Amino acid sequence: MTQSSPLTGPARRKSGLATVLGLLWRDKFAFCAALFLLVVIGCALIGPLLLEDAATRQNLRGRNAPPFDMTRDWAFFFGADALGRPLLVRIIVAAQNTMLIAAGAVFFSALIGSSLGLAAGWLRGRMSQVILRLGDVIMSFPSLLLAVIVLYMLDPSVFNIIIVLAITRIPVYLRTARAEVLEVRERMFVQAAKVMGASDLRIVFRHILPVVLPTLLTIATLDFAFVMLAESSLSFLGIGIQPPEITWGLMVSQGRPYLTNAWWLSFWPGLAIILTTLSLNLLSNWMRIALDPVQRWRLEMGGRKND
Amino acid sequence: MKKFIGKRAVASAISLVGLVIMVFFLSRLTGDPADLYLPVDASHQAREQFREINGLNDPLMVQFGRYVADLAVLDFGNSIRQSRPAIDVVLAGFAWTLWLACVTMLLVTFAAIVIGSLAAFRVGGVFDRIATFFSLIGASAPDFWLAIVAIVVFAVNLRWLPTSGTGTIWHWVLPVSVLFVRPFGLILQVVRGSMIGVLSSAYVKTARAKGVRNRPIIFVHGLRNGMLPVITVIGDQAAGILNGAVVVETIFGFPGIGKLMIDSILQRDFNVVLAAIMVSALAIFLMNLLIDLAYALLDPRIRY
Repeated sequence: MTQSSPLTGPARRKSGLATVLGLLWRDKFAFCAALFLLVVIGCALIGPLLLEDAATRQNLRGRNAPPFDMTRDWAFFFGADALGRPLLVRIIVAAQNTMLIAAGAVFFSALIGSSLGLAAGWLRGRMSQVILRLGDVIMSFPSLLLAVIVLYMLDPSVFNIIIVLAITRIPVYLRTARAEVLEVRERMFVQAAKVMGASDLRIVFRHILPVVLPTLLTIATLDFAFVMLAESSLSFLGIGIQPPEITWGLMVSQGRPYLTNAWWLSFWPGLAIILTTLSLNLLSNWMRIALDPVQRWRLEMGGRKND
Repeated sequence: MKKFIGKRAVASAISLVGLVIMVFFLSRLTGDPADLYLPVDASHQAREQFREINGLNDPLMVQFGRYVADLAVLDFGNSIRQSRPAIDVVLAGFAWTLWLACVTMLLVTFAAIVIGSLAAFRVGGVFDRIATFFSLIGASAPDFWLAIVAIVVFAVNLRWLPTSGTGTIWHWVLPVSVLFVRPFGLILQVVRGSMIGVLSSAYVKTARAKGVRNRPIIFVHGLRNGMLPVITVIGDQAAGILNGAVVVETIFGFPGIGKLMIDSILQRDFNVVLAAIMVSALAIFLMNLLIDLAYALLDPRIRY
């Protein structure tokens, strides 16, 4: 009999992906969130390729056309903006810049912040102090102000916005990574690796990083939402992305003068922002449980999370 | 304790000096105020005179030296836009923001702690699910969008509240409610998470075993320990508002320090920008100190 009974859990071999998907399915909110994020990423990747033209075609006779008008093209389902451009299509196209900026900022801040944090936690001593103080200095800056000044001087291109946002978020990863490393480095397996003569680099990347990574991933997901909101605020204040480039925040701000007679101009892009950040928050909540071996049973058990 | 405060003050002062130096030079690179404040056809002579009056004619290093010398006697220079001392302009704006922050944070703290603790009391219950869901939405909402929607609904359509400005108590309702949402969502989640841990600890079980009622268990036994991580988040959020709730203040025409800062940057009123940075840095330093004191008060094991 080669078939193992379903009770001997570990004997069942499942691929990693299937396990993750299974855990995701257990939390319906997180599952919907992941689906929604996939749609948004899809829009960001292929939207501009297909719809760039439609998004910029003006039609002054259709200015501020109301939403839910079935007699027109599907593109006008959410209505049209002040120049008669279809809102739905513009939201899909704007997903690219919005996602690109947030992803870029999160990527750079996570990469730099985590590396510095790993170094600060592992090296201790003078070097670690310098890195920590650096984080404190960045933390004490009013980040929005910094962004305003830098972007007002430099040209507010996608790249510059990514850099500014990334710098302001570095301390988050730096502190978390350092705190975790300080704890993990005292554990037995790290001591064992050291005794067996593993190099510093090997210990940090092969033994410590895998333990710290889940926490960092969870934070990065949460931070993605934060960065998106920050970028939207900048665009809204008029110091972020400049037209004709579009992001969701900029669309909200462009609709502001028409608030009283065409609410949909600002409403839909704002809804896109709120749904995306909500999904990210839900997913991050799920990740915190799913990636933590101590708490994973809550998902595996399914059902009510009573404790 | 004194040593701790001293160390803190030195560290903050160093980063403040760095910030002031950076902003001083960066802001002067953004352009010449003479172009902005004088008519397009102003003569060369008029421009020179304008620069002379506002001390913008000298080399940057000389300007900086003069600024530092003035600072030493607490002279923050004049606002170009309002031609009165920059520090007066800033303090007037700061008073507004301070009120706004106090009112909002008091409401947020009270609501988040009560609702969060109750949610943590029955994890997975109906109340918990509803509270968690709404706190997640609150934490995800962009404040500028909320502000816009609130204006359309409550000011334009229903005509219950004024759209912007200050004057009556009704003018405060919309800004405070919009600022309320995000900190509320974030703090509620922290309260809930921390209280779940505390309520399942041994000393709470002991209290329950000896017959303490539910309410004292949550708000007396649990809350005191559960508050520690919560205070950190409250501090972060309050700092955010103190630093200028730029977006909300701009939309509601609220004359606070955030709106002042962004207007001054856009209008190149350098002295006001610098004074505003220093005032808000000082406020945040004091608030962080208060938070550390609150830590020590709540947890006698913490000593500085």
